[in-house]
Amino acid sequence: MLLTVDHVTLYRYSQPVRGVVQSHRLTPSEFDGQRTRSWQVTVSDGLMGGQFRDGAGDLVQAWTVQGPVSEIAVSVRGTVETTDLAGILRGHKERVPPQCYLESTPVTLADLALSDLSDGANATGGGLDAAHRLATLVADTIAYTPGSTQSATTAAEALAIGKGVCQDQAHALLAMARRAGIPARYVSGYLHASQDGSLHEAAHAWAELWLHDLGWVGFDPANRCCPDDRYIRLGSGLDALDAAPIKGIARGRGAESMDVQLAVQQNEQ
Amino acid sequence: MTTYFNEMYENGAVRGPYGQLDDWMRNMPAELRQMKQAEAEALFRRIGITFAVYGEGGDPDRLIPFDMFPRVFSALEWGKLDRGVKQRARALNAFLADVYGRGEIVRAGRIPANLVYRNDAFEKEVVGILPPKGVYSHIVGVDLVRTGPDEFFVLEDNCRTPSGVSYMLENREIMMRMFPALFRENRIEPVDTYPDLLRRTLASVAPPKCNGEPVIVILTPGHFNSAYYEHSFLADLMGVELVEGQDLFVEGEFVYMRTTEGPRRVDVIYRRIDDDFIDPLCFRPDSMLGVPGLMDVYRSGGVAICSAPGAGVADDKAVYTFVPEMIRFYLGEEPILNNVPTWQCAKPDDCKYVLENLKELVVKEVHGSGGYGMLVGPKCTKAEIEAFALRIKAKPHNYIAQPTLALSTTPTFVDQGIAPRHVDLRPYCLVGERVELVPGGLTRVALTEGSLVVNSSQGGGVKDTWVLAG
Amino acid sequence: MLSRTADNLYWIARYMERAETAARLLQVGARNSLIPSSSGHRSEWDSLLHAIGTAKAFKEKYGDPVQRNIESHLFFDRDNPSSVASCITAARENARIVRTALTSQVWDAINGAFDELRQMERMPRSELDLARLTEWTMRQTAMMRGSIEATQLRGDGYHFLNLGYYLERADSTARLLDVKYYVLLPRVDFVGSGLDNYQWTTLLRAMSSHRAFHWAYGGDVTARKIGHFLILNPQCPRSLLTCADGMVTHLERLDRAYHRQSTARTQARSMLAELAETKVEEIFDEGLHEFLTRFIRETGKLAAEIHESYLNGDIR
Repeated sequence: MLLTVDHVTLYRYSQPVRGVVQSHRLTPSEFDGQRTRSWQVTVSDGLMGGQFRDGAGDLVQAWTVQGPVSEIAVSVRGTVETTDLAGILRGHKERVPPQCYLESTPVTLADLALSDLSDGANATGGGLDAAHRLATLVADTIAYTPGSTQSATTAAEALAIGKGVCQDQAHALLAMARRAGIPARYVSGYLHASQDGSLHEAAHAWAELWLHDLGWVGFDPANRCCPDDRYIRLGSGLDALDAAPIKGIARGRGAESMDVQLAVQQNEQ
Repeated sequence: MTTYFNEMYENGAVRGPYGQLDDWMRNMPAELRQMKQAEAEALFRRIGITFAVYGEGGDPDRLIPFDMFPRVFSALEWGKLDRGVKQRARALNAFLADVYGRGEIVRAGRIPANLVYRNDAFEKEVVGILPPKGVYSHIVGVDLVRTGPDEFFVLEDNCRTPSGVSYMLENREIMMRMFPALFRENRIEPVDTYPDLLRRTLASVAPPKCNGEPVIVILTPGHFNSAYYEHSFLADLMGVELVEGQDLFVEGEFVYMRTTEGPRRVDVIYRRIDDDFIDPLCFRPDSMLGVPGLMDVYRSGGVAICSAPGAGVADDKAVYTFVPEMIRFYLGEEPILNNVPTWQCAKPDDCKYVLENLKELVVKEVHGSGGYGMLVGPKCTKAEIEAFALRIKAKPHNYIAQPTLALSTTPTFVDQGIAPRHVDLRPYCLVGERVELVPGGLTRVALTEGSLVVNSSQGGGVKDTWVLAG
Repeated sequence: MLSRTADNLYWIARYMERAETAARLLQVGARNSLIPSSSGHRSEWDSLLHAIGTAKAFKEKYGDPVQRNIESHLFFDRDNPSSVASCITAARENARIVRTALTSQVWDAINGAFDELRQMERMPRSELDLARLTEWTMRQTAMMRGSIEATQLRGDGYHFLNLGYYLERADSTARLLDVKYYVLLPRVDFVGSGLDNYQWTTLLRAMSSHRAFHWAYGGDVTARKIGHFLILNPQCPRSLLTCADGMVTHLERLDRAYHRQSTARTQARSMLAELAETKVEEIFDEGLHEFLTRFIRETGKLAAEIHESYLNGDIR
């Protein structure tokens, strides 16, 4: 599928800030399921910083904006050719050993309920079936409900109220998989929503689990599937914060507000 | 009854290196000694070398006790330490380059993967990033103890930011000022080349994007830190700026410091802060300490950070047991300095042994430092041992145990005159383009009779450490 | 030089000068209180607290302005950021941070003062009368200033130290003069009376300028002569003109070293130019209090500009 992304994030500060530093993971991953045709990221008034590919295979690009500034626009435009690999991250070059993704973070900590749920799935030892069981369990126990949680909501909290968005579902899947000894990580990216409107947000997140014979495989509890050619993968991390496409800090007292405009469209081949 | 090796006297005779000190000691009247001791203390206080104890309140301007009786090594003895410490520093750096690269030692099954990759000190953020010259730990402090004429053991390695080197330098300055004659009678290798060697070491690992003479800074957590004196002392001796996180900022591909003349680019950062406080964007979003964006500059080759973030995975007390294995694996050599035999409480068999033999063992927390959270079996009551056993059972992976070593003693001035006290040694190995070791180090002495704990936070003192020229 | 280092140096000087001001205020107040009160209700000490702006904080903590409480407030009180103890402690902490930018003599001076201060804090108050407290403070600040003059390298660090001294001194001279205004406020008919002259003389004493004044002016002490001396006389080491001149000098040297022109220098120059052209009659026509209030405001603006131009780290 040929997907075109048009993504603008607008940061506004209630009073001008003295400077902004950002770290971006906004470039499509390089693996057999994705081929980038064109891609451009710009930051208004921004000075391009260092660029490198990190151990997890993500391309990181730093930016700085010298203040005083009260508005910053981060624009992403590009076209990616995608192939359905049934969620398998084939041909992705990375160095970080899977064991590193067994570590819990505050939002992915398995409480008693998550542990019980995980243990009940009998997933210890991994395997594709076990991974599917876990993903289905998450989809069954945390209903996709936009607006039901905040960005700081933990996996345990989302399970307790039985509602959440893709971030909460991915966090819950990470917590349960790690509990079962399966390395798991958070993936952020884009999703092309089909015409009938059955799919969710275009800025999307899912989980990848490390399975012995297959390596990293994606699971999207929000859509009860594995990522296919409607998905564009950007980067990964231990949780949403770690995998955030844009991390940034502003120096100054102004309160920050954010506005996102995003369209992911299918091109005629 | 354990017998302890006395570094000055053996079978009633004075050992070679201490030859001159016997007379010096005998000919010093008590009044002179007291006068000199007071003089030394006044000098330390005036210079401002004070020590704030971690985790305790009390006087922030406390002095660390200085014992005037030097500790001496012959050229021959030092030769072995020199080779052994350098060998270790090379192996530790090779290990770091490996585990943040291809992980061959893990693949070869020579060290358990979880011990490395699930270690708190392992930073996945620096995987695949090769620092300049492949060096991760630029200053390696190796803690050594001696148990016999030719028996040295490594207690632990410090690969992050070993402190105490200012004492090595100041102890020597003060001894030379107070007892110049001793330095004429003995041919003592100088240690005052250290700041210059450190500066050269740091300059040699300047990043690829640096052109011209690299600008070096020391990054301190601030003036409330107990080692602040050392930070400012080293900055002064090297002629570099001492900065706090707020003095640095990232713009474009580089790091700059804020000066009265505008931004000045920084090429090498000798940091004396923990990984967690380097960059809130990368490690601790809740912390406003650190320099936002610094890690991106580092990883894209715009600045060198010494020691490299993540270097701590090599000096973990559980990883420590594998250092001899690293020496064989990376260098193809046999270790020159021995490890202390260590039981890992994480292993059920070891844990069982430890719990049954607590009375004879020293137990340490894997991530502990400064002599805290430690059990010295032979010095403890039954109740203390039982209480500690409960802690081990609750978190076995948190503890390692070692036999109680018969630490050597050297003569030390005490209230009653001169008496043997237990000592250890920390030399500071510099790793850059070259591997260098200044002939000397910090000797710490347990001032309490019979005590084996030399940490300054627990009432230990320091001595000048001499290496005699060959 | 690191902006933070420059900031620390500048504040070492400001705190030392501020400690001296606290001691001088104590002297003025003590002298004034020795003569019969100018009004039955309002004490001299009270007007002093009004002049330095801590009357409210004082009342909340101590209640009545009696001498012993004033001594506590102006010398020992750590809650009062302008007390001698607070200032010397802050100056010493700033010095410790930038130890390597100071000579060992300067460090000894400030560190020694701090050590002695801590000893005094442990002594019974009965052994510490007001004269001893104020004289001790003057001696410490003089020693510090002397060590700086005698040993510091004449680099940018030296200029920042001096900027701190002159700026704080300008502010403090203006405020001490203003104390006089508050003392006189209740009874304007005292102006020109014997009582009034006595108070003016006290002010001169507090500025250690009593004898210098007589050498320079001779004859009777009048408000105009004193105004001229403390505001416009370039020979008086504490006059506003001298302070402005000092600031201009050091800002010019800094700019020469840095090859640029700062707004701080421009501002200091216009302050100096205005003082140089002012006649003492104009000051009294405007009203002494009004003139001083305006000057104190200008000084505050200059301080902010120095901060922007050199110290805040955002210089391009």
